[in-house]
Amino acid sequence: MDGAVPLFRMEGISKRYGGVRALEKAELSVTPGSIHAILGENGAGKSTLIKVMAGVVAPDEGRMMLDGSEVSFASPAAANQAGIVCIFQELSLVPELSVADNIVISDPPKRFGMIDRKAQRRIAEEALARAGAADIHPLALVKDLPLSRRQMVEIAKALARKPRILILDEATSALTAADVAKIFGVLKRLRAEGLALLYISHRMNEIAELADQCTVFRNGRNVASYAAGSKSDNEVVELMIGREYSHIFPPKPVRAPAITAPVLEARKLSWTDRLDNISLTVGAGEVVGLGGLDGQGQRELLLAFFGVLRGLSGQILIDGKPVAIASPAKARGDRIGMALIPEDRKTEGLMLPMTVRENLSFAALDRLSRAGIIDRAAEQRLIDDMVALLAIKTAGLDIPVGALSGGNQQKVVIAKWLMRQPRIILLNDPTRGIDVGTKQELYQLMRKLADQGAAILFYSTDYDELIGCCDRVLVLYDGAVKRELVGAEITERALIASALNIHGEEMPVGGMAKTSARSMAKTPARGADA
Amino acid sequence: MKDWRYWLAEQRGTLLAFGIFIVMFTIYTSNHPAGFTANVVQTASNKGVLLAFVAMAQTLVVITAGIDLSVGMIFLLTNCLASWLVIGTGIETAFGVVAVLGTGLLCGAINGAIVIYGRLQPIVTTIATGAVYFGIALLLRPFPGGSVNEDLADALTGRLFGVVPASLVALLAVVLVVWVPFSRSVLGRAAYAAGSSEMAAYMSGVPIRRGKFAAYALAGLLAAIGGLFLTFFTYTGEAAYASGNAYTLFSIAAVVLGGVSLFGGKGSAIGAIFGALAFRTIGDLLFVFDFDPLWQPLFQGVILLIAVSLGAFALFRVRNRLEWFL
Repeated sequence: MDGAVPLFRMEGISKRYGGVRALEKAELSVTPGSIHAILGENGAGKSTLIKVMAGVVAPDEGRMMLDGSEVSFASPAAANQAGIVCIFQELSLVPELSVADNIVISDPPKRFGMIDRKAQRRIAEEALARAGAADIHPLALVKDLPLSRRQMVEIAKALARKPRILILDEATSALTAADVAKIFGVLKRLRAEGLALLYISHRMNEIAELADQCTVFRNGRNVASYAAGSKSDNEVVELMIGREYSHIFPPKPVRAPAITAPVLEARKLSWTDRLDNISLTVGAGEVVGLGGLDGQGQRELLLAFFGVLRGLSGQILIDGKPVAIASPAKARGDRIGMALIPEDRKTEGLMLPMTVRENLSFAALDRLSRAGIIDRAAEQRLIDDMVALLAIKTAGLDIPVGALSGGNQQKVVIAKWLMRQPRIILLNDPTRGIDVGTKQELYQLMRKLADQGAAILFYSTDYDELIGCCDRVLVLYDGAVKRELVGAEITERALIASALNIHGEEMPVGGMAKTSARSMAKTPARGADA
Repeated sequence: MKDWRYWLAEQRGTLLAFGIFIVMFTIYTSNHPAGFTANVVQTASNKGVLLAFVAMAQTLVVITAGIDLSVGMIFLLTNCLASWLVIGTGIETAFGVVAVLGTGLLCGAINGAIVIYGRLQPIVTTIATGAVYFGIALLLRPFPGGSVNEDLADALTGRLFGVVPASLVALLAVVLVVWVPFSRSVLGRAAYAAGSSEMAAYMSGVPIRRGKFAAYALAGLLAAIGGLFLTFFTYTGEAAYASGNAYTLFSIAAVVLGGVSLFGGKGSAIGAIFGALAFRTIGDLLFVFDFDPLWQPLFQGVILLIAVSLGAFALFRVRNRLEWFL
């Protein structure tokens, strides 16, 4: 076997989404019998690259060569046919079907024109065993499995398709350490069998262990390719970053020791197995960050404050008085004055087909109406104020909000809540998938609101944001607050160390330092919105 | 867990519908003046299979997370057509049957083509096509009338060996010839997968379009089999608007009773058949207990509400309110 001959080549691949350039003349070569790691920050173009390879999106220009002849894939099925199989971050399993049904879904074994269930069972058991997941029952429904098991099914499913090129996109992000070890064994065996593997991960130690070849992507271009081990972690991080963050954050106020009573306080908040005895305070004018790996209970904590969770134990206090917040309607009411900027603006924040105007005034309609009739003039005044305040770029107030860019959509969500002049603002990873310019505006807005007296609780998966924006950061691990960092203590080193629940001094910095929380998270990461 | 437990979990909806039907039917026959006799079973069977066929048709579409509001009208259209064509010599009758079934298949295929390739919503599409199908039925039979090959009709509505209702045997045959192969075929699985998570199915390279198309087309065929049987029972064709609508709505009720999820991806036509038979038995129950027939719609509604509430119990256990909306 000649490992130097590329099995698959991509040349000059470009792809744009609206005005956003996801890939710009990207090149990639894949050789059989090797593991090729792809590195890059969120939004560097990795996801688009593999979507092009896997037939999910068509490139605007460029060509792909398989075995030396040009190919193009009209659909994932066509890519599969050619032997390219991808394990996506977003799971591609059908929830109502069984594990075995899912494993053979692309090409079920047939007998007399019908699916041969015995053969299907056999294939599924073999594939599960190959993936080191023989403990999963082939007849179990996928929707009943926990996330880490689903990820293993996903890997078994890919193996059952007998791929020549296997792409793993953050495939280990939801796995336990024991599963990761098994999968590594499987991947090394596949490499020995002559498969070409593309491995996308943020975990430097995984890449160090597995990869033969590395390619770094930045801003849609492949900026460097090198043999694994030939560059230090720090050099790699430099290649990935290529930009400076710090200047985009507004200055923090020099803080006098808090003497005012906290506006928002939690005492021993617990909920199922996701929140464990959380106590915290947020004062007026303060920006408190929530850190830690993704999926450690941060989202649930915000939902608990906002009245979404049932069966909560512990106390929530507003202005020092215990309150029962039974619903979001109550949380946003005048007595509490809370606002939640949700994580997924498309489903929890906006009604995409409705107009910008309607979306903006939804949360404040009760204040703008008398006896159920909306005061249009007052509505217009408030909307104009908000559009100006947040510099929302829109072709008009009466176009569907779905037509705006991601950053402007997020501004609409925020503006909608600011119209109620909330005293307590909860933010759930609000900058996910929006451009740097808009991010900067949001940081400044956040600080401005705090200066006007708002109490802000800010969850972010981006450590730079926590460092740049927060007066204090609480690091969560497994549903509990593991560490509180104040002022100058908020450093990458401290954030990462406490996020991994290890002591700061023992933490090897270097490569890990610039990694975002999401990449090391328990739950699978979601790609940035285009 | 053992294999049988997984099987049981999968068949829960079907078994529940079966249980409801058995309980109701037992109450019915034990209070019937004639008791559990071949005659009583035959009558019940003949009444029940019509809705059972239409409910099977509805199931296929509902599995793909769609809905077919034209099944009742295909049922009427094929009834009217059969009252013209299924008559005469053996050969002529056979030709008529094939033509009627082919018409049903075509109606279903048109629905499928519009929904899948035209990308229109199933609910709007089938309201429109349903109106068209009813219009054609009305042109075929402006007034009730026509006739049918009575030998065939009597054979299929009578009893085999003096005991087993022939219509029930026909229903079983259709299950074996249409439903079982479909549910075990790649296309059937594609229909389920598309109903459960169309995106995951697409990403897995599943033939979603063909699967959904097959589901819609076969739904038309099953509704046509129902229409054929309606002709065998009544010996005539009639474009009765109210009846067509009632069958459409009852088929949805039967599907829900039978444990088929309206969100798609889950359930079986066998469950829907028991759902249909149970739904039909409600009327019979009122009869044996000497209730005024005027009470029938009210009772059917109440029973349906109770049955669907059983499926909603899981919501009480939800601890994150956002899961209500998933």
